[in-house]
Amino acid sequence: MSNWEAVIGLEVHVQLATKSKIFSGASTLFGSPPNTQACNIDLGMPGVLPVLNKEVLKMAIKFGLAINASINSPTQFARKNYFYPDLPKGYQISQLDSPIVEGGFLQIEIGGEKPKKIGITRAHLEEDAGKSLHEEFENHSGIDLNRAGTPLLEIVSEPELNTSEEAVSYLKKIHSIIRHLEISDGNMAEGSMRCDANVSVRKKGSDELGTRTETKNVNSFRFVEKAINHEIKRQIKILESGEKITQETRLYDSQLDETRSMRSKEFANDYRYFPEPDLLPVVLDKKFIESVKSEMPELSEEKKNRLITEYKLSDYDADVLSVDPNLSKYFEEVVTNSSNPKLAANWVMGDLSAFLNKDNLSILDTRVDATNLGTLLARIEDSTISGKIAKEVFEEMWLSEKGPDQIIEEKGLKQVTDSTEIEKVIDQVFEENPTQLQQYKSGKEKLFGFFVGQVMKVSRGKANPEQVNKLLKKRLEE
Amino acid sequence: MEEFYKLSIKEKLKGLKESAFSSLELTESYLQRIKKVDKKINSFITVLEDKAIESARESDKRYKEGSALPLDGIPIAHKDIFCTEGILTTCGSKMLSNFVSPYSSTVVKNFSANGSVILGKTNMDEFAMGSSNETSYFGAVNNPWKRNYVPGGSSGGSAACVSAGLASGATATDTGGSIRQPAALCGLTGIKPTYGRVSRYGMIAFASSLDQGGVLTKSAEDAAYMLKAMSGHDPRDSTSLNVDVPDFVDEINEDIKGLRIGLPKQFFSMNLPNYVEKSIDESIKIFEKLGAQVEDVDLPHIDLSLPIYYVIAPAECSANLSRYDGVKFGYRCEDPNNLDDLYMRTREEGFGAEVKRRILIGTYALSAGYYDAYYLKAQKCRRLVADDFSKAFKSVDFILSPTAPDTSFSLGDKTSDPVEMYKQDIFTIPANLAGLPGISFPCGEHQGLPLGVQLVADNLNESKLLRMAHYFQLNTDWHEAWPEIE
Amino acid sequence: MTLKNKDLEQIAYLARININKKSFPSLKKELESILELVAKMDSVNTESVVPMSHPLDISQPLRKDEVTEKDDRKNLQKNAPLKKAGLFMVPKVIDEDA
Repeated sequence: MSNWEAVIGLEVHVQLATKSKIFSGASTLFGSPPNTQACNIDLGMPGVLPVLNKEVLKMAIKFGLAINASINSPTQFARKNYFYPDLPKGYQISQLDSPIVEGGFLQIEIGGEKPKKIGITRAHLEEDAGKSLHEEFENHSGIDLNRAGTPLLEIVSEPELNTSEEAVSYLKKIHSIIRHLEISDGNMAEGSMRCDANVSVRKKGSDELGTRTETKNVNSFRFVEKAINHEIKRQIKILESGEKITQETRLYDSQLDETRSMRSKEFANDYRYFPEPDLLPVVLDKKFIESVKSEMPELSEEKKNRLITEYKLSDYDADVLSVDPNLSKYFEEVVTNSSNPKLAANWVMGDLSAFLNKDNLSILDTRVDATNLGTLLARIEDSTISGKIAKEVFEEMWLSEKGPDQIIEEKGLKQVTDSTEIEKVIDQVFEENPTQLQQYKSGKEKLFGFFVGQVMKVSRGKANPEQVNKLLKKRLEE
Repeated sequence: MEEFYKLSIKEKLKGLKESAFSSLELTESYLQRIKKVDKKINSFITVLEDKAIESARESDKRYKEGSALPLDGIPIAHKDIFCTEGILTTCGSKMLSNFVSPYSSTVVKNFSANGSVILGKTNMDEFAMGSSNETSYFGAVNNPWKRNYVPGGSSGGSAACVSAGLASGATATDTGGSIRQPAALCGLTGIKPTYGRVSRYGMIAFASSLDQGGVLTKSAEDAAYMLKAMSGHDPRDSTSLNVDVPDFVDEINEDIKGLRIGLPKQFFSMNLPNYVEKSIDESIKIFEKLGAQVEDVDLPHIDLSLPIYYVIAPAECSANLSRYDGVKFGYRCEDPNNLDDLYMRTREEGFGAEVKRRILIGTYALSAGYYDAYYLKAQKCRRLVADDFSKAFKSVDFILSPTAPDTSFSLGDKTSDPVEMYKQDIFTIPANLAGLPGISFPCGEHQGLPLGVQLVADNLNESKLLRMAHYFQLNTDWHEAWPEIE
Repeated sequence: MTLKNKDLEQIAYLARININKKSFPSLKKELESILELVAKMDSVNTESVVPMSHPLDISQPLRKDEVTEKDDRKNLQKNAPLKKAGLFMVPKVIDEDA
């Protein structure tokens, strides 16, 4: 295995989250009864014509700008011809020359290694096909064309990924971008994001590409990893036995965890692309692109950099927070109520995330809102409570959904900062532990921690630890 | 009235307005004439007797209420390529011989919104592929001027029905000459507007970048009424032009003095029958007498038109006709063994020979290894032809030529040699390649068969074309002749 | 321009049209005569010519992202040769080939 290197390119199909289809006014809603969302245009009735949805262009442009790509103008649609029952017209309206997005890149980071740049060759628009249902009918398949005409953005990477881990990381990055831009829900289970993997292997150090296979139907992050690993192993085994790889399309079977060859036809497929005569070239002028740009949310890369400069967060913290736009939004709201961004980041990524995970909730469903968490942190800052007490208060906030001040008040958790009060407690502790006091005085200074603990215990944690330290030191040295 | 059909649209509208007769009377007289005459001609695939009578009654009501529409009560026919909701729409093919369209084309809706009465759907070459109407699944159409002669194609049914007085006018489509060539062969006026002037939504596609709807009528004036009703921007057609539609009827009377006619050298060096040349020479003389200027023009790439067309049209049709697969609508073969068998037999049995020929040629021209040599090459040559016209229109307003190389020919005469048949459209195809408007109108006859002359103008100049034909018709009577139907 | 039987078979399969072997010779001859007609294009040099896909030199109009179509399945499936439970039925699809 170690002599071999895999070369992987991914083709990711992303369903764009428009209300209506790419070329018709039918709804794109998922899960309706069969063929109730397929209008005459989606069915390819004789005489119908496509008209392009403007929102689809905007979404593709947003993606293009987010991956530092160029936007082609004019961009042109083409017909891709093949027969299949879920393709009602016998051709798919897609793009070949002048795809809307061309030549971009993104960066992936794996386990603290330095970021790797992955090129994106192109991203083009096309219409989705319908679905064939095979299970329910004997000798027949049923065709549901509800999905036909749903806008797709096909994102094609350069063959610059070398491991399944990198492929998954790339895919997660795409997933985060499309969700962040709100151009797709990225729901892989519902097929809103689908992935085909082109895999080949070669001897390490070689510049030549090996014969590749295309594995279809890998529709979760886990399956992408497994399918690619399986395919790499399969190819290495073949090559090591001195045989050759057949260029072919393979299907990933998630139940058997294997890829298998799809029946190859007597004649090769030949898609006979040609410019779509029913659609004119689409001119995307600078003004239009600028207006799309102004509607775009901050990109995660931009956001990460801003979190670092504005809040002085570490690279790691900024990275974690910027991946999920809702998480970073929450963080920034917390910071408006407290003045310590580092503390806020620790709490959001630590305690809050732990509670969310425990209850299996997303940040959008949190039981402690950002204002309340901010107030809680402000109470640590102004020494009303200690960090330790804050954890207790937070748990109560999570359970009762009450505000922090109310809980501190009700439970009498306010930190004791009055030195006379603390001295009284110290007196009590000395009185109750004469042996330890004697030992300390005869040189066993390790017992300092014991006294701090006892004071905190007696004060039920409310004594300000700094003051306890200071006062104890003073008294013990007397 | 016995001879309602001989009235022009203008005269019919006047009569209806003045209550000289009703739309019901008019419509019934057409329906009767269809019953009597169409057995001999076969110009209709579907006659809509009940629906026609119903809409005639509604028209009469509107006349009474003083809310008449621009073409209210005028009985017309639609080429069976235009989808009509709830009505059989066959496109002349076995493939759609049972297809009842679930929606209406924009053209059909436009005519209905103008109050026209639809008498029926007319016969045509299968999927508009043909120049003689002999490829129709519903049988050949007879030229009303001579039995066993073709009416031209692909809009042969529309031409024959108007020529025989079975409708006031008929819609038609023109991909390479399918309006103008039948107009010439049946002694009618036929106009193919600028590409994008008439909506293609609901007009069953043959070759999308060439197809354009238009009309066949007795006179240029009738054509002006019809074209006005059917034209206009349609948001459902991305290739529809968003420009104002002139009032073709009003503008038809404007002067033609000083307009310049170009005669392409290339067309006039062809070896045409002397009666064709003679009729064209006489037409030129008439235009000169009316004050037009005539000069020679050069269209150096025009002879590439036929080769270009027979790559682009089949290529586009090969994709456009892929949807006929026996799954969602139309013909389906019996007991398919598997999916490929369903496709291969449905398409073998559902399409006729000419349609299959063109699908195969188009598939070949687009296939791997041949795309550049055929399709791309044709697109480049197409640009050269279009540029020739742009250049010519800097010095002239019109290009004049015969519409067809000869008069009508007898049934079966050219069916064995496809390329011979294709040559019928040698003069008409260039306008489709360049998207330009063209008109054909009668200019003579030979042995009882009509001859036509064609004018092609620059983009959006339909009004000028109609004016030229109208002035010609004010000074000739070829268009007024009616065939005697044996 | 000559077509081989294999070419014709390949084209016919791509176009999904069954062709009776008996009609191969005549069909080949017809197609060849069309290709011969078309070959006339070779007489011009088009190296620097921009291909023309559309007769119109305008930009694609765009549609607002609005749902304008209602469920019309009953009407739209009236012409379906074989349907079941709202689905269009075809002989069993064996492999994903798309």
